[in-house]
Amino acid sequence: MKKTEIIMGMPITVEIVDPKGIKYFDIVFAYFREIDNRYSTYKNDSEISQINTGLQKSKWSVEMKTVLGLCEQTRKDTNGYFNIEHNGKRDPSGLVKGWAINNAAGMLREKKITNFYIEAGGDVQVNGKGPKHQSWTVGLRNPFNSEEIIKTIEVSTEGVATSGTYIRGQHIYNPFHPDSPIEQVKSLTIIGPNIYEADRFATAAFAMGLEGINFINTIQGLEGYMVTDNKIATYTSGFERYVINV
Amino acid sequence: MRKYLLGIGITIIFLAYSVVSRHQHSEPVVAPIPIIQNNSTSQYQSRPTTTNPVNTTYKDGTYTGSIESAFYGNVQVSATIQNGKITTVNFLQSPNENPNSIYVNSAAIPYLKQEAIQAQSAKVSIITGATYTSQAFVNSLTNALNQALQG
Repeated sequence: MKKTEIIMGMPITVEIVDPKGIKYFDIVFAYFREIDNRYSTYKNDSEISQINTGLQKSKWSVEMKTVLGLCEQTRKDTNGYFNIEHNGKRDPSGLVKGWAINNAAGMLREKKITNFYIEAGGDVQVNGKGPKHQSWTVGLRNPFNSEEIIKTIEVSTEGVATSGTYIRGQHIYNPFHPDSPIEQVKSLTIIGPNIYEADRFATAAFAMGLEGINFINTIQGLEGYMVTDNKIATYTSGFERYVINV
Repeated sequence: MRKYLLGIGITIIFLAYSVVSRHQHSEPVVAPIPIIQNNSTSQYQSRPTTTNPVNTTYKDGTYTGSIESAFYGNVQVSATIQNGKITTVNFLQSPNENPNSIYVNSAAIPYLKQEAIQAQSAKVSIITGATYTSQAFVNSLTNALNQALQG
């Protein structure tokens, strides 16, 4: 069974294959609404908005401190390219989405649900098999034509994230050169051990421009597929293991 | 270990080849690259590749490759052939400061491949791509602008 809801300003789709898992749809969607209420910079009463308007650190939730700690860790892991501070405001959305999908997937696994996927705004965490016992397949959208798929990959426990020029209307920018747009890279898809890793590194590597795919290549456990404005894809050697030739 | 390093050497050579030939052909470049063991967490094994094994016979000797710049820096290797087979591949230049460190940290040598993107007509479970939201953004903006026109 598959359900889609619009939360966090984007469609979130959950498919649960195991019949005993049907009752957990509500829990998963409720979790994403909770996340949205806490981390949305578009909501004035969200905790992150309150922090950005001066909420004392002593009043921050434990979860918020954890997330901001992960953001700081990711900043270090990516040589400063992942940076949630812009114009004096914090926006952890580049990490929260993958983190939340990963947590939701963990909740389902804890309930002994093994065959499912959770997808939010193009970021995907799969687990087990699909409804016909087939492996989950993920299509990479053509950044030049949203009707087309340019690659099909097969995954079983991995997370797949794609960063593009716009995410929910916001530009990803290079924190070291905030005014120079990232134009050459049209999309960057990362396969990681889980969606948390894939998403945070996709965001940071995209901000690096052409260097991003090389950065991904140096990190064990991550594979990447970058499409540039000349319609050429540059990809890591290990990426091919996931590709299905159709 | 030796085979592994050899594989990497051959890979770098073909990478260099593909970087050069990219400028000559508009066709996607498919270099016959040996499968290199990957330590990621996937439970999937390498799929059989569609590329053919290299059947070229080599002349004995030591050959120095050209200096090739990749995204990650310059690469130059030399290959030694004995009895028609590659016996040694040495890195003369590598992105690492100390060429010897490659042997210590060989897993970290990056290499990339390239191809022209092509549309596929595949049925997939899920789609990943930023364009979905990008398109939504454009559509929404267009809609807003249309309304602004009518207003």
